[in-house]
Amino acid sequence: MGTMSTELMIFILLSAIAIASALGVILSKNPVNSVLNMIICFVAIAGHYIMLNAQFLFVVHLIVYTGAIMVLFLFVLMMMNLNADIEPQKRNWLKYAGAISGGALLLVLVGALREASLPAVQAGSATDIGLIANLGKTLFTSYVVPFELSSVLFLSAMVGAVVIGKK
Amino acid sequence: MNVHLLAIDWFFVIEKILLISAVLAVSLVIAMYSTWGERKVAAWIQDRRGPNRAGPFGLLQPLADGGKLFFKEEIIPATANKFLFVLGPSMAMLTACLTSAVIPWGDVLNIGGKDISLQIADVNIGVLWIMAVVGMGVYGIMIGGWASNNKFSLMAACRGASQVISYELPMGLSLIALFMLSGSLSLKDIVEQQREGLWYVVLQPIGFLIFLICAFAECNRTPFDLPEAENELNGGYHLEYSSMKLGFYLFAEYINMFISSALMATLYFGGYSFPYMDSLGLSPNLVTILGICALFLKTFAFIFFFMWVRWTLPRFRYDQLMKLGWKVLIPLALLNMLITGAVVLYRQG
Repeated sequence: MGTMSTELMIFILLSAIAIASALGVILSKNPVNSVLNMIICFVAIAGHYIMLNAQFLFVVHLIVYTGAIMVLFLFVLMMMNLNADIEPQKRNWLKYAGAISGGALLLVLVGALREASLPAVQAGSATDIGLIANLGKTLFTSYVVPFELSSVLFLSAMVGAVVIGKK
Repeated sequence: MNVHLLAIDWFFVIEKILLISAVLAVSLVIAMYSTWGERKVAAWIQDRRGPNRAGPFGLLQPLADGGKLFFKEEIIPATANKFLFVLGPSMAMLTACLTSAVIPWGDVLNIGGKDISLQIADVNIGVLWIMAVVGMGVYGIMIGGWASNNKFSLMAACRGASQVISYELPMGLSLIALFMLSGSLSLKDIVEQQREGLWYVVLQPIGFLIFLICAFAECNRTPFDLPEAENELNGGYHLEYSSMKLGFYLFAEYINMFISSALMATLYFGGYSFPYMDSLGLSPNLVTILGICALFLKTFAFIFFFMWVRWTLPRFRYDQLMKLGWKVLIPLALLNMLITGAVVLYRQG
């Protein structure tokens, strides 16, 4: 067994948790269990961000995904009170079609990534780019137009939700 | 395996473990005695005596209550989801304890020539971490309420979730106005700025007021204790809970109250700094210890305020709660943010 740094060990642990909980999302029959697995998966991914010293991304990931989006998921599931036994049974051919198309997507992704050349990543994870001040400066100088455009997109989504809700 | 595998600074690890244990123990003890304090304050406000049988001034009452909760029969309803039923109160306790990590409980303490910071993690994103944990705090209520398989619990859980989500928004917006002034998200930096300058409550009175109201809502305290409105919901989300699982839910509420009081003291009332602390001419260690006392004094004042409000104001109706959150607090917080931004920009020239 070669030398394993603490970081590598934490990385393997986090990845194992992320993969196991991601499998749990699709394999568990009870929708509430799926949502809870997804929350664990998001927390594990947030752990990867902190390993990269991307503190801001870490905390925003927690606030937005685990704190807001998943709460809404859980909220809807609980309001509708979905259970494993009232879940509609899918036809067999649908399952096969899903498995084949999912596998095809996996093939495409693997094929694309195999040929892709990754730009040289700086060794070591102690970069400061993920800290809030650097991230803010980058967003508001190099990427200000896409950043502002996406905020308009969010605003339109909000207005859309209100319009649908008023009907 | 190689010996250099775990190149860990053991002194650092031990220091942090000790600090974490101390902070946890202090929060648990304070939460425990908050239950006693709450009953004493309630008694004082209602012109009664309050607990006075167990020990002097009833000081052993929390121990008696804890013992009672531990030995009570533990009932898990037959139709409940067993795993989630246990997970609910555990999540409530976990999220209540997590927030204390980023609060600076004091300045640096010098022991044997080594500087020990009395803050567990001085991270760059301190305040956002608290927002994240507060956002996750709702899972304890929701999971517990749903797993009980009882319609009243479920309704309370839904109320709790929508309340916490609604009041997180003005809370975050009022914090943004504060960050515009501080220029940092680290709680340590925010305290150090107040040590030299004015307390932020002077510069951000509206922001503080919004934050205070939202803290009440996030802690499910009266007048926003809709998730446990006992006369509409038979006791709320913890209706089916008994024994120490119920105790955990109630206890988590008191820990939350303690932490949010400490947070308000830190953000708006100077944290561990107190007036003239640098001109007293005392040794740094003594100033640090006095600073810890100052922080706890401010925190206790806020805890008293929480109790005072609980025994003074009636509960809001649910639609009033939502109206206050969305139609009053959020526009007010946005306006506060806008004005703060304009003033900061104007002063920069």
